[in-house]
Amino acid sequence: MKKYTFTEKKDTRSGFGAGLSELGKSNPNVVALCADLTGSLKMDAFQKEHPDRFFQIGIAEANMMGIAAGLTIGGKIPFTGTFANFSTGRVYDQIRQSIAYSGKNVKICASHAGLTLGEDGATHQILEDIGLMKMLPHMVVINPCDYNQTKAATIAIADYNGPVYLRFGRPTIPNFTPADQKFEIGKAVMLNEGTDVTIIATGHLVWKAIEAGEALATKGISAEIINIHTIKPLDTEAILKSVLKTKCVVTAEEHQMNGGLGDSVAQFLSRNNPTPQEFVAVNDSFGESGTPDELMKKYGLDSADIVNAAEKVMKRK
Amino acid sequence: MANIDELKRLSTQVRRDIVRMVHAVASGHPGGSLGCVEYFVALYKVIMKHDPKNFTMDGKNDDLFFLSNGHISPVFYSVLARTGYFPVDELNTFRKLNSRLQGHPTTHEGLPGVRIASGSLGQGMSVAIGAALAKKLNKDNTIVYTLHGDGELQEGQIWEAAMYAAAYKVDNMICTVDYNGRQIDGDVENVLSLGNLKAKFEAFGWTVLENQKGNDIESVISHLEKAKTFVGKGKPIMILMNTEMGMGIDYMMGTHKWHGSAPNDDQLAKALLQIEETEKDY
Ligand SMILES: Cc1ncc(C[n+]2csc(CCOP(=O)(O)OP(=O)(O)O)c2C)c(N)n1
Ligand SMILES: [Mg+2]
Repeated sequence: MKKYTFTEKKDTRSGFGAGLSELGKSNPNVVALCADLTGSLKMDAFQKEHPDRFFQIGIAEANMMGIAAGLTIGGKIPFTGTFANFSTGRVYDQIRQSIAYSGKNVKICASHAGLTLGEDGATHQILEDIGLMKMLPHMVVINPCDYNQTKAATIAIADYNGPVYLRFGRPTIPNFTPADQKFEIGKAVMLNEGTDVTIIATGHLVWKAIEAGEALATKGISAEIINIHTIKPLDTEAILKSVLKTKCVVTAEEHQMNGGLGDSVAQFLSRNNPTPQEFVAVNDSFGESGTPDELMKKYGLDSADIVNAAEKVMKRK
Repeated sequence: MANIDELKRLSTQVRRDIVRMVHAVASGHPGGSLGCVEYFVALYKVIMKHDPKNFTMDGKNDDLFFLSNGHISPVFYSVLARTGYFPVDELNTFRKLNSRLQGHPTTHEGLPGVRIASGSLGQGMSVAIGAALAKKLNKDNTIVYTLHGDGELQEGQIWEAAMYAAAYKVDNMICTVDYNGRQIDGDVENVLSLGNLKAKFEAFGWTVLENQKGNDIESVISHLEKAKTFVGKGKPIMILMNTEMGMGIDYMMGTHKWHGSAPNDDQLAKALLQIEETEKDY
């Protein structure tokens, strides 16, 4: 088992803010829009540095998506910022028609995704956004795992021409991927090679998967751990290669089981190489108020749940 | 009617509840909550016809209240508890795991007094219109009340609802705006100006009352009473109620900073010195 270390905990939303600020300097076409959550999205640096390219929309997310679509028509690359709930479900038809179907180069940047938003509760804890967004034809869906990767992803999506959904979160979590990483959309990252079980994780669950891998190693189980930061397009090649070796797979995500990463993996494998799979995900339930750690435990998204799922799926080989 | 001194004492206690609740979980929204204390106390102690001990979802022959700006749940929960909807002790569980007192009000956990989830802004007026229409169908002459944030009015759905309510004469509904001039990113005027709000609602066909003194319990009561006299007159009714965000705690007033941050231990101590324990703390 490869060892992963981190020197500090950081929030992924700050990675977004840092990436956006860098883009502001390097790409004059990048513009940013926010719906009264500048501080929460860490967009204040960009706002300060480029007031002319920052648009405070007010609490009006539908209008924000439309304005973003319009800005692309003048050659701008708009990055919209609000919570994941208000970036997706709230404005689904505006995204569908004015951005996705119209093929507009808008980057929908969504913070506070999932349970780890914590105390605000279920009204704000969207667990359906990956599903909503991946169902839209040609929408790219990215859920990076830590601060460094979120920063790298933010910078990378500016160079891709087309709509992108970038999902990140609120809590501070281990920052363990390289600061100088090159982010490739749609390219899985192998974190640990193993032979007994494949663990495919996205977002905040990637660190939990690493913890689970360490726990499994002490039990003599060799887990292959893959960070799928891009849910769509899915790196099917990396997935296939791994399961051909391990013959079973666990998927892990901070999302509903319905419509998430696990679904995408199962859909691919069932058609190409049917493989026993266990899903670490929220099972048809809304969240609730609580601390992020309490919620991850209660809803079965902890590293212990990944360990259990791995042991279970290995028996199904 | 309850006597004014009693209502003032209750208001002070509600302010204590608010700051203690958000402090205990280091999260939640004290600013808007503190500004709306008089409104909630007036509504639940004086204005509404309601039956806290026998709460039903349908609320037939009871006045109904919908909190559209769900983030100010602390003031809502405190007043619900202190008017008998659920035990005051339960305020202890606010925003904690397995609580009925979710960060934003929900029906999911079955808390008496709540009839719709809110938190995602801009949706409450539409729901209230539906409930008001149901009352008309049921030949139920009671009234539907709503509260909205001023920042919340930036949501387009509010204006769809406002247009509908006037066009279809939803005249058994009294809406109030917490006109505190502040939202998360700063002053409403700088984030996205609402322009002339009174003229806007009047142009939409509403009866609009202005209350400059939303933190004066007598003024809040008299404006709500006046609004009631317009019920059944063919127009939806709006009260634009000026309040002070953070009212009652010196360092929370005059800024948007306490919209959604909780006081630390020292700040709590400082706050509690300014608001006496008038009824027993939970
Ligand atoms: C649809 C939606 N967008 C954004 C938010 C995040 N949010 C919560 S409160 C708030 C500001 C609300 O301002 P206002 O209504 O004036 O309330 P106040 O700050 O005065 O309490 C925002 C943007 C939300 N809850 N719902
Ligand atoms: Mg306000």
